[in-house]
Amino acid sequence: MSPNVTPDQTTRLAHGSRRSMFLRMLVRAAVLRRGRATAALLAMVVAAGVTTAMLNLYVDVQAKLHTEFRNYGANVVVVAKNGESLSSGALQQIDSVLGGNGLAVPFAYVVARTSDGQPIVVSGTDLDQVPKLNRWWSVTAWPSRERDALVGERAAALVAPRGQAFDLSFQGRTIRLNPVGTVRTGSSEDSRIYLSLKEFESWTGEKASTVEIAAWGSPEEVRATIQKLTSALPQADIRPVRQIMEGEARVLGKTQSTLLVCVLLIILTAALCVLSTLMGWVFDRRRDFAIMKALGASERLIGGFFITEAAVLGAVGAIFGFGVGVAIAMWIGRVNFHAPVAPRVAVLPEVLVGSIAVALIAALLPMFLLRRVQPATILRGE
Amino acid sequence: MFLRLVYESFRRQKRRKLLAGTAITLGVGVATAMIAVATDIGDKVSRELRAFGANLVVTPQEDTLDLQIAGADLKPPSDGAYLEESDLPKIHGMFWHNNIVGFAPVLPVAANVGGKNVTLLGTYFSKRLNFGKEEFQTGVRAIYPWWKVDGTWPQDDSQDVLLGERLATGLGRKAGDEIEIAGQAHRVAGVLSTGGTEDDQIIAPLAEAQRILGRPGAVRRLYVSAVTKPEDAFARRDPRSLRGPEFDRWYCSPYVQSIAYQLQEAIPHAHAEQIRQLAQNEGTVLTRIKGLMLLITLAALLAAALAVSAAMATAMFERRTEIGLMRALGAGRVSVAAIFFAEALLLAVLAGTVGFAGGAMLARAMGRSIFDSQIAVDLVLFPIVVALAVLVTFAGSALAIRRAVKFDPAFALRGEA
Repeated sequence: MSPNVTPDQTTRLAHGSRRSMFLRMLVRAAVLRRGRATAALLAMVVAAGVTTAMLNLYVDVQAKLHTEFRNYGANVVVVAKNGESLSSGALQQIDSVLGGNGLAVPFAYVVARTSDGQPIVVSGTDLDQVPKLNRWWSVTAWPSRERDALVGERAAALVAPRGQAFDLSFQGRTIRLNPVGTVRTGSSEDSRIYLSLKEFESWTGEKASTVEIAAWGSPEEVRATIQKLTSALPQADIRPVRQIMEGEARVLGKTQSTLLVCVLLIILTAALCVLSTLMGWVFDRRRDFAIMKALGASERLIGGFFITEAAVLGAVGAIFGFGVGVAIAMWIGRVNFHAPVAPRVAVLPEVLVGSIAVALIAALLPMFLLRRVQPATILRGE
Repeated sequence: MFLRLVYESFRRQKRRKLLAGTAITLGVGVATAMIAVATDIGDKVSRELRAFGANLVVTPQEDTLDLQIAGADLKPPSDGAYLEESDLPKIHGMFWHNNIVGFAPVLPVAANVGGKNVTLLGTYFSKRLNFGKEEFQTGVRAIYPWWKVDGTWPQDDSQDVLLGERLATGLGRKAGDEIEIAGQAHRVAGVLSTGGTEDDQIIAPLAEAQRILGRPGAVRRLYVSAVTKPEDAFARRDPRSLRGPEFDRWYCSPYVQSIAYQLQEAIPHAHAEQIRQLAQNEGTVLTRIKGLMLLITLAALLAAALAVSAAMATAMFERRTEIGLMRALGAGRVSVAAIFFAEALLLAVLAGTVGFAGGAMLARAMGRSIFDSQIAVDLVLFPIVVALAVLVTFAGSALAIRRAVKFDPAFALRGEA
């Protein structure tokens, strides 16, 4: 409010149209002290922005990290009971349970013989899906045509050391395969030969016995998927891969706790920033306060004035800050996870309430301190 | 006079100094804790990532192909080569042995149980080994934290075994029962649940598997769990193509490749290979978490800097009458500014020191409660953090001091600022 209140204005305040006077005081206070009002608003916006960004990230990071952990491959395995094959409809059933919320890849295995009688594990699978499921496979070239095979690195040294075509036999039936690429994983895949499931079935007559599934989502969602699979496929064993699921839960849990502490610290610092700026602003206007009191304004009126001012500042700051914060969160998501963090409107009420609360504390604390002081003392500049 | 002004200002204006000091303490504390956590998070998370199990496997050099289907080992025991059990403690003498969380040898053998053929896996549970004068313990309990036993873990020098969960159900046995394996009675110490292929197997001390196979000292494979650094282009270089200092740098970085190379050096006739499913993904997860913490630390530093400079600006702005008085008494602009900057410096150093100590304690508390290990705060950080605090404090007060010094003292004293 302007310090030079004219007698005319006070008369109007006394006689009515209180509402318009109240509004006028609010607006003039912001306009006449642009510099400090802007500083207070800026502090509010920055604090609300940082808070929004941190809350957004905190909520979203779990989903982002779940996606990263799915690079570890299957977290659920479906195995036919007693070493039999899965029924031909099993894969469709699994796909319908997943409903696009996961990836299921069938595997069939036999032990075949090479031309010099060495036993070797041959697997039939969906060669289009495997690279999506097992991203860590280091493959030189994926088979695309008929009679093409993907040969494990150690198997390649045995069956096709010079990359030539080779023969495999299973129960008297022989097939000739072209090794188009090699796979290297560091585990049992290195000793195997992979070909497309269709070709595998027509050669061996064996069907898929295992389906590896990467179920997406939170641990609860994965558990729900496992339950649905168990009831949909009574003829098979549904096994969660505990190695992957527990490792993921552990790392995520620790990351989440660290993040929570950091987010709380940042929000605390941001609140402190707002508090000190706003308190300075209100404290600075103790002369306005004194003049209003000297002119006969009730404590309730003055309190209402400062409270409204703080609330408006808090609300405006929170709304602008929310926009800024969403932008920061999206930027962090793009830079770090190469996927945008979805803006969460659910965070807005929390930020709004928090901002207004901090602004009110910042306004009321100096008010409380100044209430006991006589207006005359303040006006004398003491 | 200068010193006295500064001293009296601290003595008489305790409330204001306390407010600004609190802001600086808090800001520096948060900054210190965040920097400490962000620099240490990579190490902490790579230790946590070991919960996924072994990331390296050592096999005999002259080995034949594996014949594994769904975890069942179909390879005839006469086939293939073996590692020597007596070579294993040498791992403890490797350059990076501190990064080795643990290792477990395995020896799968076929065993007849009640007319059924099952795989018996010989391994270390938590075996005491000696390397020189040093004694250490290692085994599956260290590297496979998700293995759960209903009952007790067998002793490595006993003849007790663990039964896989599904196998135990199939055989109708539980912990404490007796079981006949290859013509000899064994006590079932516990039932093992892993969610993997071990659920269909018998897990026994390595010596028992060697006895059944009739080959003392034989080990089929060795699983090693090591804390590694994310792989980069330099890590993928062929060590044979590296010369002199480059090779030393490669050798002395805990890349999964260099640890594999050192394992091959430690164990004769062995081939060490990274298990790509773990080794490759660890790097990505680690990079993501580290990147996230870095960005959050930047946000925290920004918030802390803003809070400190806002508090300082407020504190200085309140004192423009004081500045006006000094100016009216004839003090020059430079000497007035010097007094206030000296005050700010003193405040920043004092509050910064307290904040640093508080931040270090906070980082330690976070390390202990979240990761069960220390997050140490490097003392090198102390001058850097305090210098930053001084800088931010100056920046915060500079504008307010400048305006107050320029302002006509008469107006300032009348309170019309």
